[in-house]
Amino acid sequence: MPNDGVVIVGAGHAGFQLAASLRQHGFAEPIALIGDEPGLPYQRPPLSKDYLDGKIGLDLLLMRPEAFYRDHHIDLLPGSRVSEIDRAARAVRLATGERLPYGHLVLATGARNRVPPLPGVELDGVCYLRTLADTDELRDRLAQADRIVVIGAGFIGLEFAAVARGRGKDVRIVELTDRAMGRVVSVPTSHFFADAHRAAGVGFAFGAQAARIAGANGRVEHVELAGGERLGADLVLISVGVVPNGELAAAAGLAVANGIVVDDQLLTADINISAIGDCAAFPCHHAAGQPTRLEAVQNAADHARCVAERIVGKPRPYAALPWFWSEQGKLRLQIAGLTTGHDRTVLRGDPASGEFSVFCYRGDVLLGIESINRPADHMQARRLLAAGRQVTAEQAADADFDLRAAAAARPV
Amino acid sequence: MPRVTYIAQDGTETTLDIAAGTTIMQAAVFNGVDGIVAECGGSCMCATCHVYVREEQLAMVPPIGEDEEAMLEGTASPRQPNSRLSCQLIVSPEMEGLVVYLPETQT
Repeated sequence: MPNDGVVIVGAGHAGFQLAASLRQHGFAEPIALIGDEPGLPYQRPPLSKDYLDGKIGLDLLLMRPEAFYRDHHIDLLPGSRVSEIDRAARAVRLATGERLPYGHLVLATGARNRVPPLPGVELDGVCYLRTLADTDELRDRLAQADRIVVIGAGFIGLEFAAVARGRGKDVRIVELTDRAMGRVVSVPTSHFFADAHRAAGVGFAFGAQAARIAGANGRVEHVELAGGERLGADLVLISVGVVPNGELAAAAGLAVANGIVVDDQLLTADINISAIGDCAAFPCHHAAGQPTRLEAVQNAADHARCVAERIVGKPRPYAALPWFWSEQGKLRLQIAGLTTGHDRTVLRGDPASGEFSVFCYRGDVLLGIESINRPADHMQARRLLAAGRQVTAEQAADADFDLRAAAAARPV
Repeated sequence: MPRVTYIAQDGTETTLDIAAGTTIMQAAVFNGVDGIVAECGGSCMCATCHVYVREEQLAMVPPIGEDEEAMLEGTASPRQPNSRLSCQLIVSPEMEGLVVYLPETQT
């Protein structure tokens, strides 16, 4: 039976927000929200921060209490996997064999931890940090651990390191490239954060490749680097990025290229199927239309709002400004825009003061701004870049230049 | 427990008994009060938990912090003198009877 309902595969930030936004817009047809994790949808960012640190419990992690789904007639199916999309019949089949027909299907399948091809990753004491289950296990193990090795100096690895050092643990980070968070931040920001973590007692090995994880009796004992050096560990966190979950889409014949390929309305080649959030490769307005896949709450939620509006008859091209944040100990990093491909950086403020911003340019074009403990700069940056306005490198470096006025100025 | 009232744009009033130590944002989200998005989960990173405190009651809430002041620059609805980010308003006994107004939009 055809119907006009929406089936959402994935109950993370994007999937949840889509369901919530549809109801907010008065969408009255059935909504099924299918998640492969047990329990109610929850927020991921606090996992690597306050939740891991025991400062907040599960109640404050939840997107909404159970009653929300009931009151808004959102049919939540936790612990459920979709095994197949039948595009011709417009239905998905669950692993249980149950079929769910859809009017529109939204893939919000997210991403999963990348597991490096390292001998020993199966050892007890090797952990990841993406899901609530990952974090619950990690939290228990962290309490018992003394010596920790983190493989990968990205946001997650560094956020975890900050919490672990805060507990007085011995923490060493092994990073293949020559700097921290190198895939997403500029050199000055990398160096500032690495220095701050070092000052807190974290050890780094940059340009270092983990060759294997070794153990005894099934328990991890050390990480061996390609050069032969052994780093003793009773807990290893692997944080080397994620892989988008595109298999379901690919099996249904949809294009997948570092994410499920969608157009500027976040539609796949099938007019009845959209993809949003971490799993979607979309032409990004703020990256000259290049196919872009982002792992961010802002991206997930703004994608969801865009698709919800299209479903209720208010289509628009997706053009939201990407922004990101990380909290590492007392350091707050906020990024506005996409800085990939920048060839010049300009500092505003002095890193020695612990509060500064890095303006990232390609040629004369301002691509994005990283702010460290300078939230005012970040908010101005968001306004500035969202409006497509620019400031010159000279203006950015000039402490007397009024960034706030520039961000608020009318476009010329 | 202190009672806090949320008034939506359409005039809908919701009054909650909130345990001290909980934020006004958390209580709203947990009790299904629409109109607070709180995209960052309460880290003072997103400015989508914006509320307006009833003007006569401004003395009941603690002063605006530096980070909050900065983030208030980026609210989707106009910033007013009584604007606050509700993730930064930790409920205390002094807030008994507090009224907050929800803005037209958070995003």
